[in-house]
Amino acid sequence: MSNKVFASVALAAALALAAVTQLIPNEYFFTAAYTVLLFVILATAWNILGGYTGYVNFGSAAFFAIGAYTTVFFYNAFKAPLAVGIVAGTLVAGLAGLGLGYLTLRLRGVFFAIASLALAVVLYVFVVNWDYVGGARGAYVLQPREIPFGMPRYIHLIYSVQLLMAAFALVVARAIEKSTMGRGLAAIRDDELAAECSGVPTLRLKIFSTMVSCALMGMAGTTFPYYLSYIEPSSAFSLSYAVNSIAMPLIGGMMSWIGPLIGAVLLGTVQQVVQVTVSSAWNLLIVGVLLVLFVTLAPNGIMGWVDAWRRRKGR
Amino acid sequence: MMAQALLEVRGVTKRFGGFTALDGVDFLVRSGERVGLIGPNGSGKSTLVNCIAGTLRNEEGSIRFEGEDICGHAAHRRIRMGLARSFQIPKPFASMTVLDNLCVPLLYAARKHEKLAPGRIVEEAVRILEQVGLAGRARAMSGGLTQVDMRKLELARAMAAKPKLLISDEAMAGLSASEVDDILALLFGLKEQGVAVIMIEHVMRAVMKFSERIAVLVAGRKIADGDPQAVVGNAEVVKAYLGE
Repeated sequence: MSNKVFASVALAAALALAAVTQLIPNEYFFTAAYTVLLFVILATAWNILGGYTGYVNFGSAAFFAIGAYTTVFFYNAFKAPLAVGIVAGTLVAGLAGLGLGYLTLRLRGVFFAIASLALAVVLYVFVVNWDYVGGARGAYVLQPREIPFGMPRYIHLIYSVQLLMAAFALVVARAIEKSTMGRGLAAIRDDELAAECSGVPTLRLKIFSTMVSCALMGMAGTTFPYYLSYIEPSSAFSLSYAVNSIAMPLIGGMMSWIGPLIGAVLLGTVQQVVQVTVSSAWNLLIVGVLLVLFVTLAPNGIMGWVDAWRRRKGR
Repeated sequence: MMAQALLEVRGVTKRFGGFTALDGVDFLVRSGERVGLIGPNGSGKSTLVNCIAGTLRNEEGSIRFEGEDICGHAAHRRIRMGLARSFQIPKPFASMTVLDNLCVPLLYAARKHEKLAPGRIVEEAVRILEQVGLAGRARAMSGGLTQVDMRKLELARAMAAKPKLLISDEAMAGLSASEVDDILALLFGLKEQGVAVIMIEHVMRAVMKFSERIAVLVAGRKIADGDPQAVVGNAEVVKAYLGE
């Protein structure tokens, strides 16, 4: 399937899904689905660098928060609409990724991972002390009263936007995977030195994939302040984003765009169900247990299973 | 001078901390030439290869390829110019099939100077696999190959970059006599295509048979360079290998 065809299919699927689900009367569905979609974007974005290129980013929450707080900043400064926040947040997070990549990716190995974790801590402290975006108190972002497309509540809109953004993230991830660049990234993941000696411009590709990955993470966060109408640092920088964006691709499979999607839908849904039926404190525990199970039993994730099964069948 | 020098290494020095791995090495390779590079373990052969290929930077001296100073070029630029190397310890792209392994240099290096149409990449990869005798394993995952096949893949991947100079770093260590002959035949085939080859090898039978010229490195210095028979008869070379 060519990129254009896939993009059309993804867009059509997202629009259809958005339209059909509008009929669901239970409003909580949208609140829960928004979170699952948020994780679809985060996991897909993380996988572009973590899965395709093999560089682990522990700082997903930082880029998510960059997206969220860019929205807050533009809201405070210009009362800018959501669309402005989305574009600006994506760009700022991408620039932050570019900077982080440029500074750390010249060195091979764990430096990037450590720096990404450090960035999350530094940014957290920065935001806590930045009064203009609410500091430690948090900030209110009022949902507009008029809702387009005749939707009953703002959450319906936010959910639909998130659905479209998830489709966009998947299209980007798939396009990269199937391109010449995707092959170059896979070569870097397998053996960076051999990749460089096969003509792959490793530094440039690593920095580019970091930038795209971080930009998409930022994009996931841009709608977040509108989601609850309120945002504060500890929810924007929550550990759950960093953990989930690693765990979901790992469980779904890191070699292709579909793995993070499966992982995020599965794990995200389980977490939402448990949050309602059992307790919200159980969330990360469930992720932890599933992670241990998968790492020991199916290290290549669900898609790894499927691929192995397909190869056996093909023989 | 006969032909223009393809590779011209002048006074290259490389230090690791206080240890001097290469000490003012001069080394010349002409277009289409077959050169053997020998020396005891730790004499600096691999360091020299790494400096030429760009995975290490030399502190002093100059390296020119087709007359262009390449000391400041990253490794991927050097291979795009036509300077390929294989690794002593095979480094396959383990998550890819054998065929896909070749597509990486075909896409990223060969396409830069060979003008390969995108549709011909796979075709070309298959052709190279046939040359090295790996066509039957094209769809196999490269991580599961045998040692011999991995060595062949290593050479095939270097060949896929369509180099003008190929540096073969101990491609034959630990192989049986008939396997050594296989790889020798492969390297002789490259000569026919006009590719210059630097062979680094401990298998003397292969080096003697293959090389038009042999250079000897000992403790980071070149102590001999010339006709193979003359070089192995050289008293200094014998001393370096066998002691006094």
